[in-house]
Amino acid sequence: MSSIIQQLINGLILGSVYALLALGYTMVYGIIKLINFAHGDVYMLGAYFGYFFIKVMHFNFFIALVLSMFVSALLGMLIEFIAYRPLRQSPRIAVLISALGVSFLLENGMSYLYGSDKRAFPQAIKTIQYHFGGIQISNIQLIIISTAVTLMIVLTIIVKRTKMGRAMRAVSADQEAAVLMGINVNRTISFTFAIGSALAAAGGVLIGLYYNNIDPLMGMTPGIKAFVAAVLGGIGIIPGAALGGWLIGILETLTQAVGLSDYKDAVVYGILIVILLFKPTGILGKNKREKV
Amino acid sequence: MVEAVLRVENLSVNYGAIKAVQNVSFSVNPGEIVTLIGANGAGKSTILRTISGLEKPVTGNMSFEKQSINHMSSEKRVSSGIVHVPEGRRVFPGMTVQENLQLGAFTVANKNQHKVAYNNVYEQFPILKTRRHQDAATLSGGEQQMLAIGRALMANPKIILLDEPSMGLAPLYIKKIFAIIQQIRDTGVTVLVIEQNANQALKIADRGYVIESGQIIATGTGAELLSSDEVRASYLGG
Repeated sequence: MSSIIQQLINGLILGSVYALLALGYTMVYGIIKLINFAHGDVYMLGAYFGYFFIKVMHFNFFIALVLSMFVSALLGMLIEFIAYRPLRQSPRIAVLISALGVSFLLENGMSYLYGSDKRAFPQAIKTIQYHFGGIQISNIQLIIISTAVTLMIVLTIIVKRTKMGRAMRAVSADQEAAVLMGINVNRTISFTFAIGSALAAAGGVLIGLYYNNIDPLMGMTPGIKAFVAAVLGGIGIIPGAALGGWLIGILETLTQAVGLSDYKDAVVYGILIVILLFKPTGILGKNKREKV
Repeated sequence: MVEAVLRVENLSVNYGAIKAVQNVSFSVNPGEIVTLIGANGAGKSTILRTISGLEKPVTGNMSFEKQSINHMSSEKRVSSGIVHVPEGRRVFPGMTVQENLQLGAFTVANKNQHKVAYNNVYEQFPILKTRRHQDAATLSGGEQQMLAIGRALMANPKIILLDEPSMGLAPLYIKKIFAIIQQIRDTGVTVLVIEQNANQALKIADRGYVIESGQIIATGTGAELLSSDEVRASYLGG
């Protein structure tokens, strides 16, 4: 019994990182209907920025986290401006291909500049293990989950309560009607990329601290899994991304726990196929229905 | 002579190879209700969409309060007082009535002005107040139209552009909407309305323009157009 609870906790920790990533996918999809395949690479860059701020600049972990989020937000806006905005009027497939291009550019660019080897992420916070009955949890794990939950609360407040959040929701719901409200659509999209990229960067820095190493391709698999998480929860639906992230994290650790480690990725992608076949709108998605 | 608040000169708009609007000129004076009537696809909606910046003109000039708005961003047009209620209402689903109204006031920075605007809108449309915490998508068509108009009024418009406000509504609501349009004008807001329901529109309009295949083919006061044989034959069902 305690080993199941232990696995659920581990799943929740991993799932928190997927959830942070999935939020960016779902917000960007919600606003410009793009699956931003470069999103996992922003997570990777976020981890590298964190590495830089801790290892080179010797900042405290949390300051490094915030700085990495900030720099990544700017990077996300830059990517949108250069690679997606010029294609705003093009077919969606063109933007999707552009996103793949950005992804390859970031992965290979980082490999070229800094080498493709794994590098050790500085242990800015000393690991302390706590034991409760048979369950073990580390301070790092607690930091990951509490940071993720805090960021989700901040995101909810931004989306629900601020003017920019309302603009995001309006542009997602009906871009043209949003223009007629006097909303600057480009600025709103830019803001969405900034928020999504900052969340991805937070995930990257947290995972660096958790797994102790980073590399230029570290964003590939988590990127796709977070995409699956976003689809599972209902793409375009913000709470769905958090739910999907946690479910995927738990599913993955449980798969490992029952001795099917080799199949853990296959199980996640299997979920994608099942959800697309039987409920493409995701767990929280409603079938579209509009009153005339 | 009064200075027109909105003036459109020699406006042409294309959709790809289709000439949707050709060399159209008209003006709207302050405090007027002006209507553009014409069949489906005559180019009426395109004209409104171009005035609010959703479409780009090929040629021609549009000016608002004597300033050219051709190169003005849509946001700027809204904040300077040109507010467009689109065809099909386009309320934001998944957001409450109140959030929809709040978005209407997006360009209004002064929070006190928001309060005044809410009060005015809720006074004019008590049903919106009753339903203010409800998802806008759950409203009936007529209620959604009121919300769309209320949302536009939140922006503190000088001129309101209404695209087919009576379309698809029950007769009771159609009557209501036309009464509301007159009320809006009575508060000092200029109205440019396009309608398929030409009869009703001309009854409340000070002046009207008849559009056919992207061109203006007749103009006059509401009463003149109502009594014109040609207009009656084509647009008022004999």
